[in-house]
Amino acid sequence: MTLVQRFRSAFGDPALVLLVLALSVFGVAMVYSAGQLDVPDPAVQGVWKKQILFLGASIGALLAALRVHVRWFEWVAIPAYALGLVLLAITLVIGQGYGTAKGVKSWIDLGPVLVQPSQFAMLATVLMLGRVMGNWREPPRSLWTLAGPVMIVLVPMGLVMLQPDLGTAMVFTAILVSTLYWAGTPIGLMFMLVSPVVGLLLSFNSGLFSAYMVGLVVFLYVYRSYLWEGASVVAANLAAGTVALPLWNSLEPYQKARLLVFLDPSIDPRGAGWHVIQSRVAIGSGGLFGKGFTLGTQKRLAFLPEQHTDFIFSVVGEEFGFLGTVGVLIVFGLVLWRLARIAERVPDPFAGIVVFGIFGAWFAHVVVNIGMTVGIMPITGIPLPFLSYGGSFLLASYLALGLVQRIAAEQGRI
Amino acid sequence: MQLFHLHARRRRAQGALVVLVLGLGTLGFAFFEAQVLENSTYALQSDANRLRPLPIPAPRGTIYDRNGEIVADNVPGYALSLLPGPRDTVRAMLERLAPLLGLPAERIGSLMERWERSPGQPLVVSTDLSFEQVSAIEERRAVLPGVYIDMRPKRRYPAGAAIAHLIGYVGEIDETELSLPEFEGYVAGQQVGKAGIERQYEKLLAGKAGARYVEVDAHSRIVGDYAPRQVVDPVPGHDLRLHLDLDLQRWIARSFPDTVRGAVVAVEPGTGHVLALYSQPSYDPNLFVGGVPPDVWKRLNEDPAKPLLNRATNGTYPPGSTFKLVTAAIALKLGVLDPDAYLPIPCRGGMQYGNRYFRCWEREGHGYVSLPDAIKYSCDVYFYQVGLRIGLERFLAEGTRLGLAAASGVDLPVERTGNFPDGPGWYRRRWGWQPTESEVLSLAIGQGANDQSPLRMAQLYAAFAGGGTVPAPRLAAGGAGGGEEWSLHLAENALAPLLEGIRRVTEPNGGGTAGLSALEHWDWRGKTGTSQNAHGNDHAWFVGMAGPRGGRAEIVVAALIEFGEHGWVAAQYAAKAADYYLRRKHGVPTDTVQTLMDHYRAGRPARWAQ
Repeated sequence: MTLVQRFRSAFGDPALVLLVLALSVFGVAMVYSAGQLDVPDPAVQGVWKKQILFLGASIGALLAALRVHVRWFEWVAIPAYALGLVLLAITLVIGQGYGTAKGVKSWIDLGPVLVQPSQFAMLATVLMLGRVMGNWREPPRSLWTLAGPVMIVLVPMGLVMLQPDLGTAMVFTAILVSTLYWAGTPIGLMFMLVSPVVGLLLSFNSGLFSAYMVGLVVFLYVYRSYLWEGASVVAANLAAGTVALPLWNSLEPYQKARLLVFLDPSIDPRGAGWHVIQSRVAIGSGGLFGKGFTLGTQKRLAFLPEQHTDFIFSVVGEEFGFLGTVGVLIVFGLVLWRLARIAERVPDPFAGIVVFGIFGAWFAHVVVNIGMTVGIMPITGIPLPFLSYGGSFLLASYLALGLVQRIAAEQGRI
Repeated sequence: MQLFHLHARRRRAQGALVVLVLGLGTLGFAFFEAQVLENSTYALQSDANRLRPLPIPAPRGTIYDRNGEIVADNVPGYALSLLPGPRDTVRAMLERLAPLLGLPAERIGSLMERWERSPGQPLVVSTDLSFEQVSAIEERRAVLPGVYIDMRPKRRYPAGAAIAHLIGYVGEIDETELSLPEFEGYVAGQQVGKAGIERQYEKLLAGKAGARYVEVDAHSRIVGDYAPRQVVDPVPGHDLRLHLDLDLQRWIARSFPDTVRGAVVAVEPGTGHVLALYSQPSYDPNLFVGGVPPDVWKRLNEDPAKPLLNRATNGTYPPGSTFKLVTAAIALKLGVLDPDAYLPIPCRGGMQYGNRYFRCWEREGHGYVSLPDAIKYSCDVYFYQVGLRIGLERFLAEGTRLGLAAASGVDLPVERTGNFPDGPGWYRRRWGWQPTESEVLSLAIGQGANDQSPLRMAQLYAAFAGGGTVPAPRLAAGGAGGGEEWSLHLAENALAPLLEGIRRVTEPNGGGTAGLSALEHWDWRGKTGTSQNAHGNDHAWFVGMAGPRGGRAEIVVAALIEFGEHGWVAAQYAAKAADYYLRRKHGVPTDTVQTLMDHYRAGRPARWAQ
């Protein structure tokens, strides 16, 4: 047995571990840089030390997770999911905001640390989806068969949206879509599932919405859906189109502003558009090679908001330039590729769905967070895995990594 | 096919990789666009974010008098400004600063108005901080973002009230001034010359403001100075030398008791150089630097003595008997007067003209007199007849030709022109009645529709002293544009009887109207005047000239004392000024006992006056 093989059977995919550790160390460095300011901000300055502690704890969690058999994870899915829902419900009652996200109830205060239950609920949901869909023996034929997974996701997602945390809710959607995909859901069915969301978005232009509805009916006819299925999809789309306006009106002003500003940041350059504009200026002024580690002026002079958490990638862009951003994107690409590769090689349905669910979650985090810093995604306030400062998310990510590596290790032993 | 068969998994993994590459590729392209294609735009924006240009005021040129003494210079002062920012932030800062700087609510309002007009410029809040205020603000730096204090030169006038009206003052440029073409390129908050010399020579004195760049954070707090290569150095203003004799100016100011109002102007005949120009009551121009405190302004503005009025250039009064020289000059020029001959009507205390009896100031009369004695005694009856010989129409035409309704042309921003009818029609236009020939009797003795400033009278007498011509009065030396030559149009020998006349006026113990103003060392001559005043006691005039014995006059002095009643009162002020100037010029020790009257008062024998 070669060294790599021995490592593989004990710790799973060595490349994945190395890539994630590299990202995490780089993340600590970026959190340190985020605290290097000309305008002292005690809330950011020393946090890189705490991030090292979090990283240590997370690696511990990783090692612990490696010792747990996959079947035990499958068994624990139901209690973990139930616990996750309870925690989310509790969070809605005793939760509190933090930093610029003061208005939301996403954190539970546990004395020395603030815990974000939604990160752990997400992992439990992935396990639950794996458990349910892992039992499938044939691809789903109708929307009805998707009802179970959809409900499993909708309940925690609804609780998260009540916090309200739109970003995490988007990640739940990504988890649902990716696990359904891995469980062999046909594309057409998947489209029917998400079509009401499309209808919701298009309903703001009546001409566009009408054309879309015609197209939808044609699609349903060609796809030869069940009559009740087609009828309910059309009905759901019409309903989405109808509730769009009241739903819009029910949004908090800051949420509306964020969405409008996403379309055009210049409508409110000092208010809601400030973050996007300053982040783009930071990234754009970084140029090809960047301004140098810790030397980003936008960051130093406090033009960047949340530079150690949600906007940490803007610091990367400002200080390391295009080469740095592309480098980090490639590392993330490699990490996700390793995940897809493990999922591909694992014959066990539960394990494959769980790994690919984690793939979906991380991919969504990367695209939504990094896309937000450069202005091609709305600002939703979700962290960047392994780079953003924050203990709960790092711990949850390392737990997920441990799970993936355990699966890879068991595969290696076969 | 089995749902989780290897082939199915491979197909899904390949699909996932396609989505992965597409997703990350889109992000990569977005970063390529922002960081490579639009890098220069964002680099500029990032600089604009953090760098703010701040003006560095240029030091104003120093102003010297003719002997190199400092009339105006700069001392270091502290100015407080606010960086540009949103309206609410600026207002909040001003309200936070108010208790530290003692800003009244109106001042905050006017500062906000100024912010509205140029929101992109730093807002200068105060240019005159005390050291205590500076340290109070430095202590609170953290809660006062966008506030910065810099050292900038502050104007100082060492002679204070003695030169107030002449020098003017500097202050913050106001809105009206900003809209004037002469202040093009000036920005709000800048200091400019507001009056007097400071205003007249603003372009020369001001220099050009420089700029430096400071780095600010997202809350506009200054973090530090930016690279020095970005500094544009200010260009200091040019120095200015005046013809003024600051010592003489101070001497004149001291010669005025506090309760006396009036003005003294001293001019060098031949050149028109202004040696002194003083108006009383005065004020301290140093109070005006960096903004007049409202209470000071209110007090000065509402004072019935009008301390802000420059009586030397902007106070106009009927010239009274000092004008008799001009009447005589007109007559001599027209050839209607023989200076040695008696006129037909002797002075018996007055003369009948038409249905009215015109009195001489001397009830007892002067009898038959020639021109020099008529000047010596200031005989009204003599000059009534001279006026009648000239005739009203010719009198007005000649007076207008002499420029009696014009300004002296002195290099000061504001000057009140003389008031003199340009013809009989003037009376109809102004007052709606047709003047009779008898009007010329009033005009001939310097009363009636004729008002002149002390500076104008000094200019006229400078022409008498300078062979009939004099350039326009000049305060500043150098290329400030030589004054235009102004002429009496008299042959020099025609001046002789006039000069002889005013010599007899001040002859010690000679019985002239100002014999007590005679000076020990100098040839001193001049003419008294009494300016009828409807509002109280008459104003006293004296215009004289002095020089070494037997030589040409070197100084012409005009003095006006409001409510002084008799011309000899004014003669004392004029004589003292001339004496002080000449003593210093010719190396004679100065003394406070100067005129013959001083000698009598001091009980000091004046053998020279016997």
